[in-house]
Amino acid sequence: SASAAEAHSMALPTQAQVVICGGGIMGTSVAYHLSKMGWKDIVLLEQGRLAAGSTRFCAGILSTARHLTIEQKMADYSNKLYHQLEQETGIQTGYTRTGSIFLAQTQDRLISLKRINARLNVIGIPSEIISPKKVAELHHLLNVHDLVGAMHVPEDAVVSSADVALALASAASQNGVQIYDRTSVLHVMVKKGQVTGVETDKGQIECQYFVNCAGQWAYELGLSNEEPVSIPLHACEHFYLLTRPLETPLQSSTPTIVDADGRIYIRNWQGGILSGGFEKNPKPIFTEGKNQLEIQNLQEDWDHFEPLLSSLLRRMPELETLEIMKLVNCPETFTPDMRCIMGESPAVQGYFVLAGMNSAGLSFGGGAGKYLAEWMVHGYPSENVWELDLKRFGALQSSRTFLRHRVMEVMPLMYDLKVPRWDFQTGRQLRTSPLYDRLDAQGARWMEKHGFERPKYFVPPDKDLLALEQSKTFYKPDWFDIVESEVKCCKEAVCVIDMSSFTKFEITSTGDQALEVLQYLFSNDLDVPVGHIVHTGMLNEGGGYENDCSIARLNKRSFFMISPTDQQVHCWAWLKKHMPEDSNLLLEDVTWKYTALNLIGPRAVDVLSELSYAPMTPDHFPSLFCKEMSVGYANGIRVMSMTHTGEPGFMLYIPIEYALHVYNEVMSVGQKYGIRNAGYYALRSLRIEKFFAFWGQDINNLTTPLECGRESRVKLEKICSSSLWWDHANHGRATEHRGKVLPSCYAACLEADLIRAGLESAKDITCSGPRLP
Amino acid sequence: ASTPQKFYLTPPQVNSILKANEYSFKVPEFDGKNVSSILGFDSNQLPANAPIEDRRSAATCLQTRGMLLGVFDGHAGCACSQAVSERLFYYIAVSLLPHETLLEIENAVESGRALLPILQWHKHPNDYFSKEASKLYFNSLRTYWQELIDLNTGESTDIDVKEALINAFKRLDNDISLEAQVGDPNSFLNYLVLRVAFSGATACVAHVDGVDLHVANTGDSRAMLGVQEEDGSWSAVTLSNDHNAQNERELERLKLEHPKSEAKSVVKQDRLLGLLMPFRAFGDVKFKWSIDLQKRVIESGPDQLNDNEYTKFIPPNYHTPPYLTAEPEVTYHRLRPQDKFLVLATDGLWETMHRQDVVRIVGEYLTGMHHQQPIAVGGYKVTLGQMHGLLTERRTKMSSVFEDQNAATHLIRHAVGNNEFGTVDHERLSKMLSLPEELARMYRDDITIIVVQFNSHVVGAYQNQE
Repeated sequence: SASAAEAHSMALPTQAQVVICGGGIMGTSVAYHLSKMGWKDIVLLEQGRLAAGSTRFCAGILSTARHLTIEQKMADYSNKLYHQLEQETGIQTGYTRTGSIFLAQTQDRLISLKRINARLNVIGIPSEIISPKKVAELHHLLNVHDLVGAMHVPEDAVVSSADVALALASAASQNGVQIYDRTSVLHVMVKKGQVTGVETDKGQIECQYFVNCAGQWAYELGLSNEEPVSIPLHACEHFYLLTRPLETPLQSSTPTIVDADGRIYIRNWQGGILSGGFEKNPKPIFTEGKNQLEIQNLQEDWDHFEPLLSSLLRRMPELETLEIMKLVNCPETFTPDMRCIMGESPAVQGYFVLAGMNSAGLSFGGGAGKYLAEWMVHGYPSENVWELDLKRFGALQSSRTFLRHRVMEVMPLMYDLKVPRWDFQTGRQLRTSPLYDRLDAQGARWMEKHGFERPKYFVPPDKDLLALEQSKTFYKPDWFDIVESEVKCCKEAVCVIDMSSFTKFEITSTGDQALEVLQYLFSNDLDVPVGHIVHTGMLNEGGGYENDCSIARLNKRSFFMISPTDQQVHCWAWLKKHMPEDSNLLLEDVTWKYTALNLIGPRAVDVLSELSYAPMTPDHFPSLFCKEMSVGYANGIRVMSMTHTGEPGFMLYIPIEYALHVYNEVMSVGQKYGIRNAGYYALRSLRIEKFFAFWGQDINNLTTPLECGRESRVKLEKICSSSLWWDHANHGRATEHRGKVLPSCYAACLEADLIRAGLESAKDITCSGPRLP
Repeated sequence: ASTPQKFYLTPPQVNSILKANEYSFKVPEFDGKNVSSILGFDSNQLPANAPIEDRRSAATCLQTRGMLLGVFDGHAGCACSQAVSERLFYYIAVSLLPHETLLEIENAVESGRALLPILQWHKHPNDYFSKEASKLYFNSLRTYWQELIDLNTGESTDIDVKEALINAFKRLDNDISLEAQVGDPNSFLNYLVLRVAFSGATACVAHVDGVDLHVANTGDSRAMLGVQEEDGSWSAVTLSNDHNAQNERELERLKLEHPKSEAKSVVKQDRLLGLLMPFRAFGDVKFKWSIDLQKRVIESGPDQLNDNEYTKFIPPNYHTPPYLTAEPEVTYHRLRPQDKFLVLATDGLWETMHRQDVVRIVGEYLTGMHHQQPIAVGGYKVTLGQMHGLLTERRTKMSSVFEDQNAATHLIRHAVGNNEFGTVDHERLSKMLSLPEELARMYRDDITIIVVQFNSHVVGAYQNQE
């Protein structure tokens, strides 16, 4: 662009409010939105030329049909933004509304499309399920004989992504953003956990904010800091084919086709076609970092493309005689959970990241840029983006080997059927409880959360194991009956669940600092007698939940805090950010120090009574109390009279070296009370029945306690007296939501019913709106 | 009258015969990174004798760096090749050990502590070790290292690999000879040591440590280096000399070692004393001991030995023993990135296939797909249909190449089944493999092959370091 070329000749400024690294669609979109929101002192740096990386090679398909609602919203916004961008900037972007058609070769695929379709409709994106006959009418080259149906999204578009990035850059530049190409960021300078500037090959720039939009180099750039920022992503080679025009060139409005069962996408391209896909055997690249040799050797690999080509010719047999133009190899970046990465680093304040687009960079570009800009300007985006938050990961997902193996699983998943409750197979058994082998030997089936292995359920010895492999279904899964019996046992006898993955912090001080800071950060009153447990929320300025946790007061000056597993990084960062710098205040992550056993059920008290001389009856040990006691030979076990499920029972926090002993004792004593192992599915089911909400799913940072029926967990007097936000926060929201309050809890109870009926997940039903009571 | 029905083995039957002895070892790598100059090896053997007289060994030296690989071709039975395959690498490893480590090991044995492991073997289940003789073998080995400890003057710490290899070969042969002379109170062992000594074995052993490749050869097995030229073609570099009548220098050596009067009789009809094909070998005390010693040992030996006409028979013109030595010829090669693999094989392979063909077949097998030029469309008019046809064809071709998962098996398939066009002829292969035991030896010899694949990246990195 002209502006970029002009800027290039000038020297770098020595100071700026924001420095953005990366001149692709992400960097330019962040710059565009920040400048629109009134921030002007922005410098955008690009190591090569603007829009020359993955953005340039992108296939240019804008698709709103995504699996997560937040992703759909981002894509929808992008679509609207790009639509008017040409008018706004005068730069041609090649935006053409073509619509897209998602083909289903199987009934399961059709179910999957119906789920997406329902979600799209909820947020107001037009789409419909159509018959194969209708597909043939919309696209005359398609072979539709093997189809059972399809989804048509008429407002999807194709666009030149490089031109979009240039248009965004040009608009940003007119708004005052300074753009410098051929300038590389070497590392980000950090002082006291706060960004202070950027070191480039052309000199230093002081700044408050740094935005890492370096695409597939984001990982390396993050690690180049003295205080490394881990951004777990890894590139894979991605291939697509370009052809010469057909004899009668394809209309520019020809819809884009996604044949996920055939692993390919096809769009019109200059009268011919552009077709690529996500193969089963991806080729990871740049594992050891930026490698000039690999970059230069990015060659067409026809042998690798062969299955996709076969698939294309099966779908469009008439293309046999079409002449090839070339096979493009353009590496794409993937993340460990197939969701993009955005947000502020937990380790370095002012360090923002937007990367790891899992080959949907163009679709997400506009919306993601907007959310990140809002995040920087307002402190948080206007939508809940926890599912995409960088803080869902920790340093533990940063191993290059882990990422290499995981993205090889993730890339094929792009077009695999997404059934409820699938688990990744790679990168497993990283964090485990000391009881892992014991539980595994007893038939545990595992899921992974934040790198931690948790038992889902236990296959009884007499069950046919082969049959269980068929749990990938939209219908009643074969583990259903197993979980049912585990739930029954929790309600009627006693079960033990290993819950070691839960995040555990200890906050201690020499004086009253610990109590003060917790009173400030949490909504409930924590000035309770020693030994009490308080359920409470860690609320933000908007009254929304940053974390939902239980806190036990161990002694006057020491608290034990239990949070969900995936809160380990987020909660830690939140506490650190809001805790005063006080050397008398100590925050420690003790997750690894304790094995947590949850004894659930009416007979839990009997089991524990036999193992301890302390009286366990409700009069001596009422609900929501915490006592240190001995269990068996082991001393110093933290026993808490709560189960996270609403059932009677106890949580045992056991120093890991005693874990096996306590577990063995519990199991052997428990035998006569019918004790058995249970897994997380049982726990989940119990919670759902009791309307217990899940943080990150039912409640998030935009949900206030009032909205989810948790007034009891808020000490209103405290909130008011400490001049916090409660009033202000709930005024608007609670009224606005009245009438449809508690959607998440309805969803939860619906899900419980549906799981019992063996139906689809309730989430979609919730989203389809009308069926909600 | 009906013509006798032709009997052919089906391809799966052929495969099960060819694959029965195959073994592969990959040097453990971590996620695509391998710091060893060896990627791994494939080995296999196909018997012609029943039982097979060839042996093979592979092991990683644990107390020093490096890997040992060897093929052993036995004659007059398999006792000697078996013993050499079990023992030789220990002798080599011990010869390579620094003084301190030897002391440490000796102290451990002395005080009954656990020994440092010296070798990590990479064995096929059929590569057995004799349990009965292990104590005896161990004692001989211990005597050897005790002598090494005593001999050490404490001056030189540098161990010369070439010297170590020569010493180990000679020492083992010496021990084989001594054990047979001394005998053993256990009658089974007594017979065993005699069988070992009276049978013979050649040995071709490679020691790879970084870019340093030593080959020690005794006899007529061969080590062949596969070199890939810049244009992608393959050429063979021989790293060993055959010790047989085709080798002028060996003929010369034998004539020099014996009086002029024997010049005509020492090698007759291309054989040593008109009897033995290889001119160097382990065991074969019939060609090493004096007539007196042979008679004495046989007479005092067990009946089985006494009744054996072969052992009792003294070679003609037997005037100035020894006529045979186990001393190896050691060659050194510094590995280069273009050196892709090493083939160690007994003469059973080399007499059926030319070395150029061996290297080409292995090279093409190992590079497999990469050898097929990647397709590029640039400039040509190619339709999707044409491209699809081409790719499908390439894929089918590929799958036939990968019918064998083992380079040694692939080579044996060619060695036995090649027709005049150099391609495997299934009918021929089937006939050769269904020969009755007593006929097989007339058509072919035992074949034993080890194909070691080098890691060009690591080798290249070594080169760049300098």
